Amino acid sequence: MAIEFKPSPSLPPPVNSVGALAWLRQNLLSSPLNVFLTLFSLYVLYLLVPPIIEWGLINATFSGDSKAACTGGGACWAFIGVYFEQFMYGLYPSEETWRINLSLILLVLLVGAFAIKTINKLYLSLAIILVYPVVAYFLFAGGVFGLTVVETSLWGGLFLTTLLGVVGIVASFPLGVLLALGRRSDMPVAKSVCVVFIETIRAVPLITILFMASVMIPLFLPDGMNFNKLMRVLIGITLFSAAYMAEVIRGGLQAIPKGQYEAADAMGLTYWQSMILVILPQALKLVIPGIVNTFIGLFKDTTLVYIVGMFDLLGRIQAANHDANWLGTTVEGYAFAGFVYWIICFGMSRYSMAIERKLETGHKRN
Amino acid sequence: MLNDAGTRALIFQILLLSIVVFVGYFLFTNLQNNLDNRGISTGFAFFNEPAGFPILIHLIEYTDSGTYGRAFAVALINTFVISLIGIVLATIIGVIVGLARLSNNWLVARLATVYVETLRNLPLLLQMFFWYFAVLAALPAPGDSYELADFLLNKRGIYSPNPIFQDGFGVVVAGFILSIIASIALVVWAKKRQTKTGLWFPAYWSSLGLIIAITFLALIVSGFPIEFDIPQKSRFNVSGGMVLPPEFVAVLIALSTYTGAFIAEIVRAGILSVNWGQTEAARSLGLRDSLTQRLIVLPQALRVIIPPLTSQYLNLAKNSSLGAAIAYPELVSVVMGTTLNQTGQAIETIGLCMLVYGSLSLTISMFMNWYNKKMSLIER
Repeated sequence: MAIEFKPSPSLPPPVNSVGALAWLRQNLLSSPLNVFLTLFSLYVLYLLVPPIIEWGLINATFSGDSKAACTGGGACWAFIGVYFEQFMYGLYPSEETWRINLSLILLVLLVGAFAIKTINKLYLSLAIILVYPVVAYFLFAGGVFGLTVVETSLWGGLFLTTLLGVVGIVASFPLGVLLALGRRSDMPVAKSVCVVFIETIRAVPLITILFMASVMIPLFLPDGMNFNKLMRVLIGITLFSAAYMAEVIRGGLQAIPKGQYEAADAMGLTYWQSMILVILPQALKLVIPGIVNTFIGLFKDTTLVYIVGMFDLLGRIQAANHDANWLGTTVEGYAFAGFVYWIICFGMSRYSMAIERKLETGHKRN
Repeated sequence: MLNDAGTRALIFQILLLSIVVFVGYFLFTNLQNNLDNRGISTGFAFFNEPAGFPILIHLIEYTDSGTYGRAFAVALINTFVISLIGIVLATIIGVIVGLARLSNNWLVARLATVYVETLRNLPLLLQMFFWYFAVLAALPAPGDSYELADFLLNKRGIYSPNPIFQDGFGVVVAGFILSIIASIALVVWAKKRQTKTGLWFPAYWSSLGLIIAITFLALIVSGFPIEFDIPQKSRFNVSGGMVLPPEFVAVLIALSTYTGAFIAEIVRAGILSVNWGQTEAARSLGLRDSLTQRLIVLPQALRVIIPPLTSQYLNLAKNSSLGAAIAYPELVSVVMGTTLNQTGQAIETIGLCMLVYGSLSLTISMFMNWYNKKMSLIER
C-alpha cells in the first residue's frame, strides 16, 4: 500500500514578525537610533498637536460678530466669518458680487462642457479663450447693459488673486511658446532677442518687475496714454511668467526626438506647419506638469502685489489685522489664508502628478 | 527668391530687428519727454546727496546724514548677508529633512513629508508675515525677556553677548590663520601619502584638533584679550550686547525653512537616483554603512543634486527681496522703496537693483557651475 506523503501544516509565523507588533519593530524600533528618533518625533508631536487642536477647535469661538464674542481663550474664527466677504471679493460692492459668482459658474460650465461628447471642441476652446474673457471683463468692470461700474481699485481678495494668477498664466502661454521657439531658432537675431529677454527677466526678482510695472511703465508711455494699475501689474506678471513658461516649453521641445523634426521636414511642411501640427502638440503634452508647476509658483507669487499696494487675499487679511476692533486675531487670519492657499496649491500639484501619469506615452527620452 | 529659406530668414530677422529698434526708440523718446516734463535729471549725482532717512540694520557705519550712496551700500550688504546665511541654513535644513524623508523610521519620514508639503504649498510672503507679525510680535516685552545663559529673547529681537577685542587679539587671529594653513597642509600630505602607500591618516580629526589647540594656545599666550559686553535687561529696554532684530530673524527663518523644503525634495530625488546596485556593491566590498554613504552614494547623488540646487540658491537670493514687505532694509526696500520715493530717480534705482540681482544671480550660477564641473563624472 502506497504511503501518501502528507506535509504537516505550516506553523504560524513567529508572533513578532507579523501584525502590528512586527510593524512597530520594523518601522519604529529597529535600532537604538530609531528608538531615539521615534521618541523624539513623538515628543515633537506632543508639543505641537495638542495645543493646536485645543486652540483651533476646543477653545475656539466659531460664530459671533465682534471680538467680545470670543471668550474661549482659543482661536476667534468669528473674525474670519465677519471678514469673509472682504477676503473673497475685496471691496467689491456686496450687492454686485453675484457678477463674480456668475462668471465663475460660467467658466465651470464651459470647462465642464468638454465632457459632452457631441460638442465641437475647437469651438468650445475658442469660446473659452476668446469670448469668455470679454464677457467676464464686462461682468467684473460693468458699464454695459446697465451694470454699475466697479473700479478696479475695489477688486481684491481671493478674486483678485485668482484673476492675477489665471490671466498671468493664460496670457503668458502664447508668449512663452514664441519665446521658446525663438530661443531654439537658427536665426541669430531672433535667438539673441529671446535669450536676452528670458535671461534678464529670470535674473531679477518678481518684486522689481512689479515695481517697474507700477512706477516705470507710465514713464515709458507718451502723454495721455496710460493703463490703470491692475493692467500694469498684469502686464508685469505676464512678462515675468512668460520667461519661465518659455524655459518649461523649451524643455519639452528638446525632449522631442530629432526624427520628428526631420519627418515633418520630409513631409514638405513649412516651419509653422511642422511646429503647429507635429512638434508643439507632442512637446506641450510633455510639459503640462511643468506648466502646472509654473502656475502654482505664480499663484503663490501673486501675493507680492501687496507690496505695490494692491489688496489680494493676503493683502486683505493684512488690512483686516489692523482693524482696532479685532486686535489679536493675526494668527487666525494667517491660518485662514494659509488654508486657502494650501488647498489650492496642494490640489494643483496632485493634479499635475495625476496628469503626468495619465499622459505617459513613452515619448519621454530617459 | 521669396521661397528661398535663407532669404526669408534674412527678411524676417531684419523685420524683427527693426521692430525691436523702433520699440526701443519709441520708449526712449517717451522716457526723455516724460523726464523733461517732470524736471527729473538723469544720472547718479543724487548718490552724493544726504539721504536723511534712518536704516535700522546696518553693518557698516551709517547715520541719518549718510548719503544715498552709503544707504545703497548698507542695503547691498544686508541683501548679501541674508542671502548667504539663508543659503547655508536652507542647505542644512534641506539635507536633514531630505534624509529624514528617506528614513526607514515611519514616523520620521511622515513628519518630514508633512513639513515639505506644508511649506512648499504656502506663499513665502505669508510665511514671512506669519513669523514677523504672529510669532515674533507675540514675544514678551524687554522686561520679561526669555533668558538662556547670556542670551535674551524678546520682541525687539535676539540679544547675544558682544565680543570686544582688545590689543593683542592679533596674535589669536594670526594663530587661527596659521592653524588653518597647517591643517590644509596636513590634509594634502595625508591624501598624497594615501595615494602613494595606501596608509590612512585621520587628517580631518587631527586638523580639527590642531585648529582648536593652536588657537587656544594663542589665547593663553596673549592673555585672553577678549571681553564680552553682556546684554542687560531693564524694565523697558535692553542695554549692551549684540542684537539680531526681529525683521532679520523673520526673513531668515522664512527664507531658510521655505527653501529648505524645496532642497529636501532635491536631496531626496538625488539620493534615490543612485542605483541600489551601487550600495550593494559597496557592501559586498566590505564598506561600513557610513562609508558607503560618504564614498559611494553621496558623490553620485551630488551630480544629480547640484543643478537644481543652484536654481534654489538663486531663488533664495531673489526671494530675499520679499524682506521689503516687513521692513527688512534690503536692496528693494531701501533703493526701490525709500530712495525712489524721495528722489524720483526711477530709471537709476530700478536699473541699479536689476543690475545687482543680475550679477548676484550670475555669481552664484558661476560658482555652482564650477562646483558642478569639479564634482561631475570624469570620463577617461
